[in-house]
Amino acid sequence: MKISEIVDLLDAECLTGTDMLEKEVKTACGSDMMSDVLAFAKDNAVLMTGLCNPQVIRTAEMLDTPCVIFVRSKRPTQAMIDMAEEREIVVLATNHRMFSTCGILFQAGLTGGEK
Amino acid sequence: MEDNLVFEYVVSREDFTRAGEASADVKKKLKALGVPSGVVRRVSIALYEGEINMVVHAYGGNITVEITSDKIIMLLKDKGPGIPDVEKAMQEGFSTASDSVRALGFGAGMGLPNMKKCSDRMDISTTIGVGTEIKMEVDL
Repeated sequence: MKISEIVDLLDAECLTGTDMLEKEVKTACGSDMMSDVLAFAKDNAVLMTGLCNPQVIRTAEMLDTPCVIFVRSKRPTQAMIDMAEEREIVVLATNHRMFSTCGILFQAGLTGGEK
Repeated sequence: MEDNLVFEYVVSREDFTRAGEASADVKKKLKALGVPSGVVRRVSIALYEGEINMVVHAYGGNITVEITSDKIIMLLKDKGPGIPDVEKAMQEGFSTASDSVRALGFGAGMGLPNMKKCSDRMDISTTIGVGTEIKMEVDL
């Protein structure tokens, strides 16, 4: 799924990476615990979280995650946005809560990548 | 025979926002060296989890990463409380992390098991009240 489709589906605001919205993500992982994300996220996954600290961007960096979505109206700091920009990670923010965000993307065909 | 590459880092507990900088640097170096992406991913995850542990559970420490012709060796030495029960700590979901650590997104009890999963070999040596040494190896 293209990140631009995710923007439309979630009515999301793109905080950085507007030039990278044609990138594709294959799977998705939603959690506020970065340890779980590090343990369970698959390759090329979009990360959905309500946690809002720099370690979210760092976790995305470690996993080569192309896109982070902050749910339930969380807004990252400018320092976090700058970090993401340097690492070429798209940052989106949506007003949807985690459950709805996951549901909308799942319904549109994105899965967690489990076999 | 070519010399092994060795990188050393000091991990400070003072600034949580900087935790992971060593792991990020190692990741960049491995990518630049052309190490296969699957290996880079495993090393990055294992090292990052370890680095976070050094900040949230201990009082910082040192990381040494050695790249040989056939493997990547990571040595993490922290100054800290040590791990009272290593067997328990290796169980998925077991964590002694405080609520403040969980609020930062860590302490789900997945760190050590994930470090083991991502590495080909992992040894833990710990002394209560002194600190913990973790050695991980990932084959190339």
